[in-house]
Amino acid sequence: MNTAVIITKTMKNVCIAMITDVLTDPFTHYLFMRRALAACIVLSAGAVPLGIFMTLRRMTLVGDAMSHAILPGVALAFLVFGLSVWPMTIGGFVVGVIVAIVATLLTRTTQLKEDASFTLIYLMSLAGGIILISTKGNSIDLLHILFGNILAIDNDALYLVTGVSWATVITICALYRGLVIECFDPDFLKSSGRRNFIGQVFFILLVINLVASFQALGTLMALGLMILPSIATRFWTRNMDTAIAVGIGIAIVSSFAGLLISYYYRVPSGPAVVLLIGVVAFISTLIGRYGSLRNYLAR
Amino acid sequence: MLVAVALNHISVKYGRLPALDDVSAEFAAGSLTAVAGPNGAGKSTLLKTIAGILRPARGTMTINLPPGATVAYLPQTANIQRDFPMTVMQAVCTGFWNGVGDVHAITPLMRAEAASAIAQVGLNGLENRQISELSGGQFQRMLFARVIVQNAQIILLDEPFTAIDGETTAKLIQILLGWHQEKRTVICVLHDLLLIKKYFPESFVLAGRCLGSGHTHDMFEQKLLSFDLDMVEIQTLDEHRRDHHENDEECVHCHDH
Repeated sequence: MNTAVIITKTMKNVCIAMITDVLTDPFTHYLFMRRALAACIVLSAGAVPLGIFMTLRRMTLVGDAMSHAILPGVALAFLVFGLSVWPMTIGGFVVGVIVAIVATLLTRTTQLKEDASFTLIYLMSLAGGIILISTKGNSIDLLHILFGNILAIDNDALYLVTGVSWATVITICALYRGLVIECFDPDFLKSSGRRNFIGQVFFILLVINLVASFQALGTLMALGLMILPSIATRFWTRNMDTAIAVGIGIAIVSSFAGLLISYYYRVPSGPAVVLLIGVVAFISTLIGRYGSLRNYLAR
Repeated sequence: MLVAVALNHISVKYGRLPALDDVSAEFAAGSLTAVAGPNGAGKSTLLKTIAGILRPARGTMTINLPPGATVAYLPQTANIQRDFPMTVMQAVCTGFWNGVGDVHAITPLMRAEAASAIAQVGLNGLENRQISELSGGQFQRMLFARVIVQNAQIILLDEPFTAIDGETTAKLIQILLGWHQEKRTVICVLHDLLLIKKYFPESFVLAGRCLGSGHTHDMFEQKLLSFDLDMVEIQTLDEHRRDHHENDEECVHCHDH
């Protein structure tokens, strides 16, 4: 009498089991998938809050320029040490800081505005970096450096990403109010005479996060995990704390889904993740709660 | 007489352009001074320098504050992110920054203080409004409320009444006079000569250099401030004088304190 019920129940369980398998199999079976997911999750925790501050400070393009500008440092380290995490990170960090200083000096002392001086320096860096890599490496190395390889993340890279993420979260928590004030009203912070170093701290956080994201997403898309979730959250909340939580949520869910898509459809994983967050952000611009196209049309 | 702010031959430049050239001045503790002058005279630059936002290229500045006291600054066209996701209440509470820093909580008492400041500037009811939804005048008043909660000993105001209606201006002036009674030092950039004459005991006339400073009625007597001249004419008057007294001490009235 209960055959029908039993059959539906069984089918339901089978379905659930199949779906769970589809969602978890790649991660339970392959270490590289687990590492990739771990890297994305850990990276999101630090990069997303930083990205939210960057969008509010109108620094997204400067950040983008910075992410390409670290290339010569990475390239030099690659020439000497090969594809090894720590030298490439240190090289990228040093060059990132130098580039930021040079571009800032150009902005202050010449007629160039910030965007133009950063563009000048980053294009030089990018071109120079690619030439450096091509003197020794092959096109696979170049692809690896330009686009990253999230599936090739090793333990060293995972340690790096974790360390950077912790450092970022702790610094942001410790300096949160100062960061908010500096972003909202920089002159007010200056006139208070406290925390005058916050701008520099922020820049260093940006550079270390870029070199960490670089491991996963390469120099061309390192900013993806940082900026795209924060663009998306602007359309859903007007509270900083909620924005950070929602942004990290978007980044983690998109990373998970992006990795699955790349696994099943055999597409490159870094771009899959970035494209997915990008799609979420783009849809947010259309139907978000605040300041979206929907609001524009409803006016 | 106790001096709250002393400027000693200060020059400030934007790139190569000089904004202030060899300005010396003293603002007595507890004084209420209006800073007047034509457009581009460096009035805002003067306040920003005193506030510590700009650094003088030459000269020295002394600020005398009792321990624990602070300087508050109300900017004019502010370098502020108007679309920052923040409520009016939160923005006003940033005025407590010097007291609470990163770790101390904003107490209910502070919140009440902030609410009262918001009411004083006529923004009551808008506490939970996003700052991006405020009009220009409302935003200006919100910044004024922040100056109130800052509870500073030296208060610098840059054109605080622009884009603000007459009724609110009257209210804000009462607050200003209240500060004066409490012996705080108030320095206010203002172009409205009527207000200057009526409420400000001291004046400071600026056109790149200090043209004169002292009691407001003296400034009017010396025609440095005058309803007959507009501010552009004050500048030409200054050039005229300079032509005639090339070798004279340029800023005779600056040192009369």
